[in-house]
Amino acid sequence: MATTLAQKVWDSHVVRRAPGEPDLLYIDLHLVHEVTSPQAFDGLRVAGRTVRRPDLTLATEDHNVPTLDIDKPIADLVSRTQVDALRHNCTEFGVPLYSLGDAEQGIVHVVGPQLGLTQPGMTVVCGDSHTSTHGAFGALAFGIGTSEVEHVLATQTLPKEPFRTMAVTVEGELATGVTAKDVILAVIAQIGTGGGQGYVIEYRGSAIEAMSMEARMTVCNMSIEAGARAGMVAPDETTFAYLHGKPRAPHGADWDDAVAAWRRLRSDDDATFDHEVVLDAAAITPYVTWGTNPAQGAPLSGSVPDPSSFVLDSDRAAAERALDYMGLKAGTPLREIAVDTVFLGSCTNGRIEDLRAAAEVIQGRRVADGVRMLVVPGSARVRLAAEGEGLDVIFKEAGAEWRNAGCSMCLGMNPDQLAPGERSASTSNRNFEGRQGKGGRTHLVSPLVAAATAVVGRLASPADLTEV
Amino acid sequence: MEPVTTHRGRAVALRRSNVDTDQIIPAVYLKRVTRTGFEDGLFAAWRTDPDFVLNRPESAGATVLVAGPDFGTGSSREHAVWALRDYGFRAVVSPRFGDIFRGNAGKGGLVAAQVEVSDVERIWDAVDADPATEVTVDLVSRTVSWGGQQAPFDIDDYTRWRLMEGLDDVDLTLRHSDLVAEFESDRPGWMPTTA
Repeated sequence: MATTLAQKVWDSHVVRRAPGEPDLLYIDLHLVHEVTSPQAFDGLRVAGRTVRRPDLTLATEDHNVPTLDIDKPIADLVSRTQVDALRHNCTEFGVPLYSLGDAEQGIVHVVGPQLGLTQPGMTVVCGDSHTSTHGAFGALAFGIGTSEVEHVLATQTLPKEPFRTMAVTVEGELATGVTAKDVILAVIAQIGTGGGQGYVIEYRGSAIEAMSMEARMTVCNMSIEAGARAGMVAPDETTFAYLHGKPRAPHGADWDDAVAAWRRLRSDDDATFDHEVVLDAAAITPYVTWGTNPAQGAPLSGSVPDPSSFVLDSDRAAAERALDYMGLKAGTPLREIAVDTVFLGSCTNGRIEDLRAAAEVIQGRRVADGVRMLVVPGSARVRLAAEGEGLDVIFKEAGAEWRNAGCSMCLGMNPDQLAPGERSASTSNRNFEGRQGKGGRTHLVSPLVAAATAVVGRLASPADLTEV
Repeated sequence: MEPVTTHRGRAVALRRSNVDTDQIIPAVYLKRVTRTGFEDGLFAAWRTDPDFVLNRPESAGATVLVAGPDFGTGSSREHAVWALRDYGFRAVVSPRFGDIFRGNAGKGGLVAAQVEVSDVERIWDAVDADPATEVTVDLVSRTVSWGGQQAPFDIDDYTRWRLMEGLDDVDLTLRHSDLVAEFESDRPGWMPTTA
C-alpha cells in the first residue's frame, strides 16, 4: 500500500501494536531542558526507576538562562534552582548535559541539528512544543508533556494515538526578501491555529525543495502554531550535504549505509493525504502578525483588519480582543506601527543564516533612536560562528545588543522581557498575550523584517530602506 | 492517579477562543521544580482584572471549565494541567483542544471533553443564566449534562480507559520491556548516540 513519509517513519518505530491501544513507538532521540524535566526526574526517583537509554538522551540549559553575565551565578534564584536541579538530575541519572558556558550549549532545537544528532527517519521528542523543528530532516519529531518525558526517560518509548496526514505544498519561487518565516506565517494564517490538530504536516513542492536546511527548520518549527503534531520535509541532497561531516552524523562506510536508507524516506507517488493545502510561492510577500495568536497575520503591505470582516463569531471576538490588547485600530497600515524592541533569535530564527540575513540589512545603518535591538544567537556555536564572520561587530556598530545563547525574549523566562505596553517586532514563534513579558505586545516577523524594522522604528521590510 | 468515572460540579463559562497554555499559566510560573502548587499561576494575567470570570463570587468552588475552541494550544507545558487541577478544576469542556494539552490532561487526571460548538454555547448560556447550574461530565456514557440537557463528548478510548482505571502509563509499558529490548537489538549501528 502506498504510504506517506510520516507513516513510514511511524511504522518503522512500532515496538508493540495491539487492538484498542495506541501504538508503542520507540524514541531515537530524547532532548531535555530545565523547565519541563524536574518533575519527570522526580517521578523516576520516587518509583526507583532509571533512565533506560541515557546515551539517546541529551540535555541543555536554554529556557531560563541569562544572556548576559553568563560567567556569574544566575541572579534569579528560582531560575538558578531549576538549572541546578537539571545539573543534579543529569549527574544522578547519567544524562549528558551542555551547561551554560559550554561551547555546545544553546537552544535544544538548535543544538540537536548542529551536532548532526537529528537525522532522517528518526523519532525525536522533547518536552517542548517546538520539537517539530527537527522534522526538517525527515524525522518524526514532536513536543511532549512532562509525564511523557518521564515515560520516555524510563522506557525510551511512547504510546501515541494515530495521526492524520496533511500535505502543504508550496510551488514556485519565492520573491527576493521573502523567507521561510513568511511562508510559514502565511500557511498558519490559512490553516488557523487549530486547523492542523491531529495532523502531521508534510511540506513539499519546489519552494520547499529549494530551501536550505535552516529555512526548512524555520518552517517545521512553527507547525505547532497551526496545531499540528509535527511537520516534516522529505530528506534530499540538501539534507545529506548539511549532515555530512557533522560530529554525530555517520562517517565512512556507515555514511553510505545511512544515505542509502535515508533515500527511501519519501511519500510514495500514489500516497494520499487526509488533507491537502496548496500555496503559490510567488504570491507570498513579507508577512507579519497583528494579533495575539500566530494565525492573526497579514502581508506587511496590508492593514490591521476590521474585526467585523471576520465571518465566524469566535474569530470576530478574538480579533476584537486582540486589537484591544495590542492597542491597535482597525485600518491602520501595518507599516505605521512603531516598535520599542526588536528581538532577533529563538529556535525559529536564531541560526547563522538568520543572523547573516539580518546583518546584511543592518550593515552600515543604525538602529532607530528609542528602539532597542537584542540579537540572541540560538546556540553558543552559532554565536562563535557569527563572531568568526564579524557579524557581532556589524550588529554592535548599528547599536544592537549582542548576547549569549538561549531562548531569551521568545518567552521571557529570563530577564530579557518586554515591559507592560511595550511593543516588539520578534523573529520568535508566539505572539500570545504576555508571552514576551506581562502586558508586552508582539509582532512576529522574519529576520529581514526585524532588521529593517530596527532601522526604521516601524514595521518595515528591507525594500523600505534607502540605499547606504 | 486516582480513577475518574464521573464528575459533577458547578461550571465557569470562559467565553474565549484560542486560550493558549501561556494564558493558562505564564512562563514565569514554570520555574518551580515541584508538581503541585501552581494554582496561583492559573490565568495569572487575566486574574488581575476584577471582572475576569474566575474572580466573580459565583465562580468560587467551580470545578468544570467550559471554554471556546482551541483551548490549550501552544506550549507543551504540563503545568497548564497541573494549574487547572490545583485550582480545583476536574474537567474542561471545549469544541477543540491543543493536541499536547489534551494528552497531558489525560496523564494528569483532568478530563478534556470535546463537544460541538453549539453545545458549548448552550452550556455557557445555562451557566450565565444560573451560576448554580451543575454540569456532569460522565466518562462512562461520554456525555456532558446540565439543567436537563445532555450532549455527547469525544475522548479517545485509551485515555478514557486509563482515566477510569487510574493507570500509570510507565507501569503499563514496563510490562513490555522485552519487546523494547528486541526492537533495540535491530536498530542500525550507525544511528547516533549522545554519549
